[in-house]
Amino acid sequence: MTEAVIIGVGLHPFGRFPGKPALDMGADAVRLALADAGVTWPQVQGGYIGSYEVANPDAIVGRLGLTGVPLRGVFNGCATAGTALALAARAVETGEHDLTVAIGLDKHPRGAFAADPSVAGIPSWYGQTGLFLTTHFFGMKINRYMHEHGISHETLARVASKNFRNAAANEKAWRRTPLTPEEVLASPVLNYPLRQFMYCGPNEGAAALVLCRADQAHKYTGKPVRVRSTALRSRRLGAFEVQSPSFPVGEPVDSPTVDASRAAYELAGIGPEDVDVAQLQDTDAGSEIIHMAENGLCKDGEQERLVAEGATEIGGRLPVNTDGGLLGNGEPIGASGLRQIHEIVLQLRGTAGTRQIPGTPRVGYTHLYGAPGASAVTILST
Amino acid sequence: MTTTRRPVAEDLFTWPAGPDDPPWLIGSECAECGLVSFPAAPDCVRCASTESKRRLLADRGTLWTYTTQDFRPPSPPYDGPETFEPYAVGYVELPGELLVEARLTEPDPGRLRIGQPMRLTLVPYTVQDDGTEVVTFAFAPAEEETP
Repeated sequence: MTEAVIIGVGLHPFGRFPGKPALDMGADAVRLALADAGVTWPQVQGGYIGSYEVANPDAIVGRLGLTGVPLRGVFNGCATAGTALALAARAVETGEHDLTVAIGLDKHPRGAFAADPSVAGIPSWYGQTGLFLTTHFFGMKINRYMHEHGISHETLARVASKNFRNAAANEKAWRRTPLTPEEVLASPVLNYPLRQFMYCGPNEGAAALVLCRADQAHKYTGKPVRVRSTALRSRRLGAFEVQSPSFPVGEPVDSPTVDASRAAYELAGIGPEDVDVAQLQDTDAGSEIIHMAENGLCKDGEQERLVAEGATEIGGRLPVNTDGGLLGNGEPIGASGLRQIHEIVLQLRGTAGTRQIPGTPRVGYTHLYGAPGASAVTILST
Repeated sequence: MTTTRRPVAEDLFTWPAGPDDPPWLIGSECAECGLVSFPAAPDCVRCASTESKRRLLADRGTLWTYTTQDFRPPSPPYDGPETFEPYAVGYVELPGELLVEARLTEPDPGRLRIGQPMRLTLVPYTVQDDGTEVVTFAFAPAEEETP
């Protein structure tokens, strides 16, 4: 098998774009990625595209050019973009395509997601009585985690403040007003212990990548970024996962993030100690804290000290969510994971501008988690 | 006018006939491996058996974790009253059975704590246009034994 490398990245800003269809945002992102790679749409041999709101995201060929290219729609909740990248990389690795794209796009209405629980295989009473909210899970998971591992409310606020500060330096981010930890702590509680400014919001945006065979990358770029591994896992029995009316008693079972992370490290032959910069699913400030440990980047409870020391800041030992993460960018579900990859590629190329982490980063890590208990991890390197 | 009450769903919990007839959650138990499920499930997610039997669950447990709901959830699917009162949600561990997610009767997070004893109760969570109260299950802090 050959190796897949990323040679082009494109990002449509995340935010609100009244009157602009998701497909148009996606087409803009693809054109940016193609230009970055120095290729044209007719050279693309195939691709994978993900969206929650757009029924047929593959209709994007109507904007880009009707070349007959196979473009496959994928969906895996918040792990959608991780899936699109994984399959695009696989198509290159197995020799199906020499040049392929991964695309994500979405356009969500304001406010929390609303759906009939039956779409998730859950009975109607769960939604009628006010239990069918993903935000409950995040509130309950971090509440239990804080109790077990001594994480403070101040640490939650510092994480949110960091991500808004990073977003302020990112011209494509949505929430660009820095907030102090005190301002975060002064915002209203939505789901205890999580407050308004500790949650990300659904919004709009698109992102795209161009991948090719490693042995052909020299034709396009002097700085290809290697896709070292991708891993996707679903929940196992006994794990505490989103949208669960109940779960079994007994010994705690690892989350799909732990499972995906271990698999990705093993496939890459890279350990957590080698990671120079990470993008972790920060649906809320608590999730970023928990995901630091679930992805092997620290021990449970160590986050309290690491965050206080500034280890996860852009100038710190382990920068996390340097572009503002989901808190700063919002979450167009289909695009979110490719926005993470976009940022890691800029960091590994050394072109992240005022957000550039110091030194010469070699290894970048991205992670997604979402309903109904699916996690995707990608490890990239120079 | 007599207020009529009805459960939010059939076969979710027993429907008490009076104050001396406490409610029970209706779960199921896999006939092959014994895995307890709630709500009652025909298929077992551990051993893939399709044989199960009905089982009433313990009405007492301990609070495993909790959160609050301080904004009105999107409707649909939520069909609570327009005038929104914040409520709490938690997982209660029923020993040897499972952890069940439920509304909590105590909305103040300052009066909830992990490990707190809880007991099952029923609460009217909304009133329909014709005056019918719709009832769901919830857990209430149980009085703790004083030494």
